Amino acid sequence: MINKKILSGTHFMLGNHAIVEGAIVAGCNYFAGYPITPASEIAERMSKRLPEVGGKFLQTEDELGSIFSLTGASLCGAKPMTATASAGFNYMQEGLGYAYAVEAPLVIVNVQRCRGENYATHADVMQMRWGASGDYEAICLAPSSVQELFDYTIEAFNLAEKYRNPVIITSEMILSHMRERIVIPDPNEITIVNRKRPTVPPEEFLPFRADKTGVPPMPAFGEGYKTLYSLNPHSENGRIDWDPDVFEKLYERIIGKIRNNVDDICKYETYYVDDANILIIAYGSECRPAFDAVIEARKKGYKVGLLKLITIWPVPEKLVDTLSKKVEKIIVMEINVGKYFFEIERIGKKNCEVVPLTKNRGTIHTTEEVLNKIEGESK
Amino acid sequence: MKVNPLRKYLREWGLPHFFCPGCGCGQILSLFLRAADEIKLDMNKLVAIGGVGCTARIPVYIKAEALHGVHGRTLSWATGIKLHNPDLNVVIFAGDGDIAAIGGNHLIHAARRNLDVNIIVNNNMNYAMTGGQVAPTTPLCLYTTTTPRGNMERTFDLCKLAETAGATFVSRWTTNHPRQIVKTIKDGMDHRGLTFIEIVSQCPTHFGRYALGSSRAEDILKWIKERTVTKKKAEEMSEKELEGKIVVGDFVKKNLPTLEDKYVELEKKAQGEE
Repeated sequence: MINKKILSGTHFMLGNHAIVEGAIVAGCNYFAGYPITPASEIAERMSKRLPEVGGKFLQTEDELGSIFSLTGASLCGAKPMTATASAGFNYMQEGLGYAYAVEAPLVIVNVQRCRGENYATHADVMQMRWGASGDYEAICLAPSSVQELFDYTIEAFNLAEKYRNPVIITSEMILSHMRERIVIPDPNEITIVNRKRPTVPPEEFLPFRADKTGVPPMPAFGEGYKTLYSLNPHSENGRIDWDPDVFEKLYERIIGKIRNNVDDICKYETYYVDDANILIIAYGSECRPAFDAVIEARKKGYKVGLLKLITIWPVPEKLVDTLSKKVEKIIVMEINVGKYFFEIERIGKKNCEVVPLTKNRGTIHTTEEVLNKIEGESK
Repeated sequence: MKVNPLRKYLREWGLPHFFCPGCGCGQILSLFLRAADEIKLDMNKLVAIGGVGCTARIPVYIKAEALHGVHGRTLSWATGIKLHNPDLNVVIFAGDGDIAAIGGNHLIHAARRNLDVNIIVNNNMNYAMTGGQVAPTTPLCLYTTTTPRGNMERTFDLCKLAETAGATFVSRWTTNHPRQIVKTIKDGMDHRGLTFIEIVSQCPTHFGRYALGSSRAEDILKWIKERTVTKKKAEEMSEKELEGKIVVGDFVKKNLPTLEDKYVELEKKAQGEE
């Protein structure tokens, strides 16, 4: 029977299960979810694992129930998570918008799927940035292997706690239903970040006043701070306040705490970019054929490099800008009709040509397809 | 100047409140605080929750932990709060739209789970914040801003809904019953399990004007009183006679394990203690 909190060692593990183990390592102690393929294995394993390690699991009546219960738990000091797939993610937008506004740390896994079918897609890449109403900055991580699902689930919790912001991890069937070798490190090799706590007594505390990081300290319900959390614009003491100065300042801070820390938040890897004249930009499972194609193309003498984005929101603008000045062409790979392409084009088109490589057929590109594109764009 | 002794429970910076003159929300806030004061409720352990609407503003004024601002999801917040920290006391102030329309699904499942929370429903029979539209609780044939030819839908009996779904404490009163309300809130806060207290109240600004043709609180209170029958009297009345009536009294009080109790058992099982 598994009952250890951290299963240190080498495993052959399902992608969705790696997310669960990463979450438990990160300190996840609350999960609420509603079943949906291809994300259900996350809830199933959580229902077994969380009660073993002192956490709470609940299968709620719908996705709204899940996401709002996460906010409630988060404000009590929990590190909560939910998992869903595209259609369920639609329902969660309302709760996600609320969590952005009251700055509740929580983690959402969105295993993207095609219009009710379970095939892999990146169709919702823009929804993860812009889905909820109101003003906010999204943080979204797109791992590309089972090991990365584990590693970046921990990172997702750390970012959520550090910035008091919801964090989205995205996957799709290919990654979530893949089994791969993963290594779970010893506990002392893992960095865990917890939210900043108040340092003053309740009578002196202003719940929405932040230092220059933009992130206010956060008490838990029941500690005597008597905080009012409202979706409505609120001043530093929590008072609902429609003063336009209060509104503007509040959202400058909520957006600024992410925008001013893009370098800290954005995770990526680069391969063969130094002498490249063509740069491939890929995220999620598309990084797999992209990497293989770059290796093959190099063997054939093409000067191709790869920017593998792990953080897709916020966009690492400075990085893309710098790289776009070094190359003649950028190819943006994704498994949809071409959406993230527009973000890269916005940043890079003043410096180089930006072209899409899309595939909207429920699966990732083959290495050959990418190679053909590289050859075609090299002519 | 004499200060109301209950004022200490309010956020000074939240005042003045935004309720219309004659609205039932102010009464319900005051009666809740009277009950809380009498049972010496620990305000450090209280989470007061409101969704969206006039009633949802009640918790905004109470000096406690508070959540506000999304329509219908109050019980979902409460579920996360109570599961993670069962020692907290949760009270939800919900309008009839919040709890019975958009939040209906969460209500029936919270009741089924017997979540240990207290729901105080202010049933003012219409959507007041948005301008007096029809609600699931609007009496048949009455005029509202979205039923200009009269309401054609049957009225939702919220207490029957809560009871059927599994609530373990169910009562209904009207704002004509301040003493009964205080006693019921005190009993409800003491009850372990899902407490559902419905208070039928007056909305002079919208319901009064559109449905009854009067924006005077006393006219609406009188209209409510004329339709009110006690549970005991209702037992002797036929279904036909009860049409359009407001039955008041304590309907359910039973002790059953709460969701939080069941989770403790589950954890023991999971951790191999059983």
